[in-house]
Amino acid sequence: MKRVVPRVMGRSSRSDTDGSPGWGPAAAAAGPALRAVGLTRTYGEDESLVWAVDGVDLDVPAGQTLAVTGPSGCGKSTLLQLLGGLDRPSEGEVWLGGRRIDHLGERALARLRRRSVGFVFQAHHLMHELSAAQNVELPALLAGASPRAARHRAAELLHQVGLAHRARHLPSELSGGQRQRVAIARALANDPLVVLADEPTGNLDSAATHDILRLFDELRAAGQTLVVVTHDERVAATADRVVSMRDGTLADDTRLDGNRGRRHGHGGTGLGGTGLGALLSWED
Amino acid sequence: MQDVVLALLTKEPSHGYDLRQRLAAALGPLGEALNAGQIYVTLTRLEKAGLVVQEREDAPVRGPRRKVYALTAAGQERVAAWMAESAGPRADVAEFHLKLVAAAESGLADPLALVDARRRELMRSLAEAQRAALAHDTDSEAGLLLEGIALRLQADLRWLEACERAWSARAPRGEGEGNG
Ligand SMILES: Nc1ncnc2c1ncn2[C@@H]1O[C@H](COP(=O)(O)OP(=O)(O)OP(=O)(O)O)[C@@H](O)[C@H]1O
Ligand SMILES: [Mg+2]
Repeated sequence: MKRVVPRVMGRSSRSDTDGSPGWGPAAAAAGPALRAVGLTRTYGEDESLVWAVDGVDLDVPAGQTLAVTGPSGCGKSTLLQLLGGLDRPSEGEVWLGGRRIDHLGERALARLRRRSVGFVFQAHHLMHELSAAQNVELPALLAGASPRAARHRAAELLHQVGLAHRARHLPSELSGGQRQRVAIARALANDPLVVLADEPTGNLDSAATHDILRLFDELRAAGQTLVVVTHDERVAATADRVVSMRDGTLADDTRLDGNRGRRHGHGGTGLGGTGLGALLSWED
Repeated sequence: MQDVVLALLTKEPSHGYDLRQRLAAALGPLGEALNAGQIYVTLTRLEKAGLVVQEREDAPVRGPRRKVYALTAAGQERVAAWMAESAGPRADVAEFHLKLVAAAESGLADPLALVDARRRELMRSLAEAQRAALAHDTDSEAGLLLEGIALRLQADLRWLEACERAWSARAPRGEGEGNG
């Protein structure tokens, strides 16, 4: 069901043959997980017309982690909402897992979102009156899972995000970083085809950001397709690929995914770069 | 500094004094330490290396005909090579800044293209540093160093954003409009 796709870029990259089991980049065999074709979203009309997203073509292969960066107002959040079926394009197409979704009816779209898309926002949007575990159970219950299965899955996910011991706490009893990890667990509840995150570390300090990045790295290693909108270069740097937006269009597309799957460095970079060693100079 | 001086001679032959003025303008307070002597030392070295030659200025705007320095063919080649080569992982802010100034001045490269290339280069380094940081304990010695490296690269990338804004405002794409 999953195959290892070595995506090695650059001149001096060496092939990654030591891939420790379980950490190889994995991807579903069929087509891109997400596809945008001529995607356009305008707001307002006449002289107040804004082209928030302006003719974006984008393929996100299954198993890829993609970071979207760019100045404030360039259309990142709008793009993410279009990709996740939270908003409708003015023009163009959105394909999710090989299925066109932009012209689905409201109910079909809502059902698809629930099952196939996991959202993570800057503000965690957890239910205040529900415990961490109940928050994580909710999407599975809404998608029709049995209470037992939902409970089981929630426990598993909270363990995965390192919060098993906080399962019964209310969001107000958790730190910002912990809340965000609960939100990520919730996003994963229905094994979504894609996880879409908008500034997931926007409110976090660097230690909490580290925790989230470790988590994303594990998701990536497990083959989860992930699109992250971020202003934080360090978050973007952990993705397989970075696209930058300018005025609603994609201005740059950079691959960073040499040498993936390597959890413990043995030297060498595989990025086609010069290696971290080049940052150090022994002369004088 | 040799490369910067060469690049500033691309548009037209210049007198050492003018070069110094141009550099001082680009460097601001950082250029205060730069004296005329240093420019002449550099020019003399470049002349010995066959990269520049001294010529008589042909039509002085004012005053007597001065000696100006002009690029030789070898000098032109070297500037072109410098423009094309990447800044390298340890290049500092002032060095890259001067490269952008020289690129715009000489018309040999689009500053925005240099910014893009630099961004990719730094992003790749940051990717390595950040991934390595994730694989190390934050409180370990190596983890601490990686944190410092990642933060510096991040700062460089943020500065490039500012470069992009400033240079796109200055140089309307396609129009090679010097500002001398
Ligand atoms: N509901 C709306 N009505 C009108 N204009 C909107 C609406 N939502 C977004 N816009 C406009 O669309 C453009 C893109 O907005 P968007 O929120 O996608 O930017 P962004 O890249 O996410 O910015 P930021 O980094 O600040 O979050 C902006 O000019 C914004 O003002
Ligand atoms: Mg936004």
